[in-house]
Amino acid sequence: MKLKKATVNKLITYLMVIGMFTAIYILNEGGYLSRQLQKMLVPICINIILAISLNITVGFLGELTLGHAAFMSVGAYSGCLFSIAMKETLPMAARFPLAMLVGGLVAAVFGILVGIPVLRLRGDYLAIVTLAFGEIIRNVILNIDFFGGASGLKGTPRDSTFLIAAIVVLITMFVAMNLQSSRHGRAIMAIRDNRIAAESAGINLTYYKLLAFVLAAFFAGVAGVLYGHNLASITPDKFDYNRSIEILVVVVLGGLGSVRGAIIAAIIMYILPEYLRFMKDYRMLIYSIVLILMMLLNSSPAAIAIKTRIREALSGVFKKSKKTAINGKGGSEA
Amino acid sequence: MGTITKLLESLLSGLSLGSIYALIALGYTMVYGIAKMLNFAHGDIIMAGAFSIIVFTATCGLPPIVAILLGIVFCMLLGVTVEFLAYRPLRKASPLAVLITAIGVSYLLQNVAQLLFGTSDTEFPISVGNSALALGSVSVKYSVLLTVAVTGAIMIILTLFISKSRTGKAMRAVSEDKDAAELMGINVNRTISVTFAIGSALAAVAGLFYGMAYHYVGATTGAMPGIKAFVAAVFGGIGSIPGAMLGGILLGIIEKLAQTYISTELSDAIVFGVLILVLIVKPTGLLGKKISEKV
Repeated sequence: MKLKKATVNKLITYLMVIGMFTAIYILNEGGYLSRQLQKMLVPICINIILAISLNITVGFLGELTLGHAAFMSVGAYSGCLFSIAMKETLPMAARFPLAMLVGGLVAAVFGILVGIPVLRLRGDYLAIVTLAFGEIIRNVILNIDFFGGASGLKGTPRDSTFLIAAIVVLITMFVAMNLQSSRHGRAIMAIRDNRIAAESAGINLTYYKLLAFVLAAFFAGVAGVLYGHNLASITPDKFDYNRSIEILVVVVLGGLGSVRGAIIAAIIMYILPEYLRFMKDYRMLIYSIVLILMMLLNSSPAAIAIKTRIREALSGVFKKSKKTAINGKGGSEA
Repeated sequence: MGTITKLLESLLSGLSLGSIYALIALGYTMVYGIAKMLNFAHGDIIMAGAFSIIVFTATCGLPPIVAILLGIVFCMLLGVTVEFLAYRPLRKASPLAVLITAIGVSYLLQNVAQLLFGTSDTEFPISVGNSALALGSVSVKYSVLLTVAVTGAIMIILTLFISKSRTGKAMRAVSEDKDAAELMGINVNRTISVTFAIGSALAAVAGLFYGMAYHYVGATTGAMPGIKAFVAAVFGGIGSIPGAMLGGILLGIIEKLAQTYISTELSDAIVFGVLILVLIVKPTGLLGKKISEKV
């Protein structure tokens, strides 16, 4: 049986993640993991979910949004408030999934509210308006006493476990990768590749843009709920513009549009700084250099030409076939 | 304090803040008009300008005027270098790539400044004092007068430069149609470099006034005024020089009025609310013109 290349790619990603999670789970249950590593498991999963969800807008749709952390905060606050209210009434097994659903849905509703006016814009305008919305949301949360103001919301039950976080990662992956290969996903990516051509082909721009936007907001909200239930206290300053940029760095490092890349990058970007303590002061500096270099190497015409030539030279060495000149143009997306 | 005095004073401080926004917005709008990119790092050039002035006066012991001129030159070099190293290779790349690079540059500048000057704020050495001119019951600080006068003069010079000089004509041509301009023998790369140099020089002046107004400068000082100035540029109509001026001043006044009459904490949210409102109601801004898209 011959599988399609995309299916094989998907299977590799699933096997990679499931294998990794099972290994970590067994090690964790057996007590082989250090306390430091144990503490990092849930945050890593949260980072993966955030990276995959931001990838839906930045990678699939090709629009830069800088307010991802704001959707995370909306999800975190609504999910945590739900859990606090239901602490006595519901058992944890029912409460936590419901809290995640509530957080995700509220974030999605905010995604629609923000998306309807904003998605008429493109490119730079969209980026700056999502940034503005992010700041507005943070400002409002900061100034409403109900949410605990600057000192934050306390008293959330610490329900987040590695198992639950890992399951949510798998669900996010499943949705994102199926979206990518579905009719809807292809429409979204067609908008990215050529908006005008996509519109002429009858693709409903507003609908598909909103779909991508709302899906991304939903999963960011869910990640926020996990985050809130991992720490037991959340403050608005954890969801500022810098947080949005950190997620963006992960997406860019993993490769725009690549789910597997986002997962790998999220893990690396979380673990490396923890172990390279001497790098601590230079962490953000390195992030910024990574952003610039990745863009220069992946997007500048000069760098693309050089890469193509290297690839052609290499395939010439290995295959010695004449077809490489035709196939050499541009890389396909995973 | 009387109601009218209170109103006039917040209008005046709004005018002063608005002038700083206008200076920054001019840089945004020129770069956007000519290079068709949002230079996210523009706000951080303000910070670089303020810090370079601090270094030239406090560390090198130069007189303020010399330090300011050197600070402006430093920013011009910085702006041109950033353009040359980070933006020029991406001239034909997707707007998304350019935007992400610009964010990277902004972060880079902030973090380099943080490593050089630490996380706490540094005192700004130049000041015109707190002396004020009394006009009836309202007192106007000399720093406010200076800021407004210099900004006005810069705008007039800039408008003349763009409408009369050869380079200005080249800039207009490049902003109209890059390829056609190139065919007419205009050096597009050089024109864009000149634009970045002018924009960065204005940012340095904005950094000077910012330092004079707030007395302290930190590594992230430029980020918020930068973003708000972009709001101002959009408000006035991006690509339009009088628009940037008008948008900047209006935004400064809106922010100060919001601080006085509504809430200090929510003033940022109100400023961003203005942006969203403008983009929904009139996306081309107050003085911008509508550009139809070619397929």
